Amino acid sequence: MTAVVSRSRPAGDVGVPAVGDHLTALESEAIHIIREVAGEFDRPVILFSGGKDSTLLLHLAVKAFWPAPVPFPLLHVDTGHNFPEVLQFRDKMVAKHNLRLIVAEVQRWIDEGKVAERPDGTRNPLQTVPLLDTIAEHRFDAVFGGGRRDEERARAKERIFSLRNAFGQWEPRRQRPELWNLYNGRHRPGEHVRVFPLSNWTELDVWHYIARENIELPSIYYAHEREVFRRDGMWLTAGPWGGPREGEQVVRKMVRYRTVGDGSCTGAVESHATTVEDVIAEVTASRLTERGATRADDRLSEAAMEDRKREGYF
Amino acid sequence: MSSLLRLATAGSVDDGKSTLVGRLLYDTKSVLADQLDAVTRASVDRGLSTPDLSLLVDGLRSEREQGITIDVAYRYFATPKRKFVLADTPGHVQYTRNTVTGASTAHLAVLLVDARNGVIEQTRRHAAVLALLGVRRLVLAVNKIDLVGYDEARFTAIADEFTAHAVALGYSPEEVQAIPVSALHGDNVVQKSGRTPWYRGPALLEHLETVPVADNPHDEPLRFPVQYVIRPRTAEHPDYRGYAGQIASGTIRPGDEVLVLPSGLRSRVERIDTADGPLDEASAGRSVTLVLADDLDVARGDLIAAVDAPPRVTGELSAALCWLAEKPLTPGARVLVKHGTKTVQALVERLDARFDEQRLATIEAPETLRLNDIGQVAVRTAEPLPVDDYTTAHRNGAFLVIDPPTGDTLAAGLIGAPLPSLGVGR
Repeated sequence: MTAVVSRSRPAGDVGVPAVGDHLTALESEAIHIIREVAGEFDRPVILFSGGKDSTLLLHLAVKAFWPAPVPFPLLHVDTGHNFPEVLQFRDKMVAKHNLRLIVAEVQRWIDEGKVAERPDGTRNPLQTVPLLDTIAEHRFDAVFGGGRRDEERARAKERIFSLRNAFGQWEPRRQRPELWNLYNGRHRPGEHVRVFPLSNWTELDVWHYIARENIELPSIYYAHEREVFRRDGMWLTAGPWGGPREGEQVVRKMVRYRTVGDGSCTGAVESHATTVEDVIAEVTASRLTERGATRADDRLSEAAMEDRKREGYF
Repeated sequence: MSSLLRLATAGSVDDGKSTLVGRLLYDTKSVLADQLDAVTRASVDRGLSTPDLSLLVDGLRSEREQGITIDVAYRYFATPKRKFVLADTPGHVQYTRNTVTGASTAHLAVLLVDARNGVIEQTRRHAAVLALLGVRRLVLAVNKIDLVGYDEARFTAIADEFTAHAVALGYSPEEVQAIPVSALHGDNVVQKSGRTPWYRGPALLEHLETVPVADNPHDEPLRFPVQYVIRPRTAEHPDYRGYAGQIASGTIRPGDEVLVLPSGLRSRVERIDTADGPLDEASAGRSVTLVLADDLDVARGDLIAAVDAPPRVTGELSAALCWLAEKPLTPGARVLVKHGTKTVQALVERLDARFDEQRLATIEAPETLRLNDIGQVAVRTAEPLPVDDYTTAHRNGAFLVIDPPTGDTLAAGLIGAPLPSLGVGR
């Protein structure tokens, strides 16, 4: 026998449930995960920065509990280096959905001497300690994040329910096998679980869903004119995190942001995509990953993300 | 809109699985320039002359250092026809643990063999685990076909041997597709290869794009585990009471008579709510909120089921376990069972058999089940559960075994006796 031509099996075959179109399948999966957390944990919280992934997460949480309000507060670890458009958007969303927002300001931890400013001025890696302290202070037992497995290869091995030890650390070898859609949220006192409902979404899925659901985002995700300067191959913008150094020339360009993080290390991409449809076309054609294009912090080493995750980062 | 195919890969060390997955990603243009740059740089650092595509997949530092894959990794790629979620499961250590994890959500599995070695012990084991988990379609990728000179006779011998094994496990020959590939050179991965003119079947990607997905269990009886009770108690919705969940199997319509288990109370579906408005119909896989006509006491952990084909409600389970923990199982073990949305205390009363996946035979009354063992056990639960056999309803026939003190997942449980259906007489 060589190759066998495939034929369809009769209906009634047992299999993995899959809903017709793939965006609806991803939505149903995410809502199921969010509701499991509501059913199994005492004190969940949603990490919310105002970026597109956490905005999508909030949108799904709103849908999961409709017509009741979202039964969790939001937590933002604010580096103090945020884009003003994103902070305004964050506050608008909180008001719109009548939510409680907890803000952990990295500046406070710097002032108290618990973390130290880095020589390069980047505050992204400084978020870990304020995050873990705030989780402990509020005794959060489940922490939702908008992380996706397609973002980075250490994330590709992340579980949907990711156990963190009493120090908030990710131990790749202690992660539990994740079977069917049965999530195991058991944890010992002091441990918590990070939950990633968007695990199986790609950047393009996110944009297609944003288009389908007409989800509002901070304006900087769309092309706009901005003064930028070139550093480490990225277009950075001046802000409280500093501006151009000597020899770095400021130019006006049409740009947009593919990711939104600490302003000191989040680069803009040159773009004329002013609508969600334009963005989808641009992302489809892009030959760079969103992190590769825009995040200096992931370029530090071959295992930069893995190391930060082990320390307790998102 | 394109459909979603979930697949798992399995193979032993050095079969070239990471290279095959890397090739699939690379040739479907799912690898972007910066990822490829990173791989090229790392390959040069390791003294290689061409980019090592397996480095796209091996994510953790120790994996790259040792050149092996440790943990299940998920990969995403898409063609205009389908979106693919690929669970890449490593083969050497803890093979059952990883294969079971990948297979539990897969429509299809790709097994790799090295054309020089053919079907080996691990291939047969993987196939048995896939059969047990009910993965309905298998692809045998006969890799490194270039190293046997693209030899048709060699390929046919391997394909025939494997198909015979799969048939013994309960597959029909149409459910098994053997493909000669070279992951390194790309033969028959995305494009049909000119070097295997004797092979008339599809390239791997074409097969993945067109294989019928063992479709949604829409025609099975309704099973709806209640996850959460939605009670807004707001001015706008003072008396709203809805039962949120994801449909495990079947199709539901307003007006359907339903049974709430384990209480056995009956009601009628008044509305199927979503945030986007009520639905006329919803099927397996969809997350919805059901509003019932009667004011019943329904809570998380209950199951809403079809009146005409209810599950059995029992505290005595006979089940197959895939043991996934270092700590062995002995009779009398006290555990937690998570079934659907309910977690109950349970006692493993007896170990009835251990399955020898090599010889497709069973060993009666084993003393323990160890890491990677598959066995048949008797479990008593503290409260009755509404269950189906795994072979007839996957979602309502599956459970987790959890270690009470640590919370670790110890085993995957499959209700009923799926081992005899593997062709093992007992």
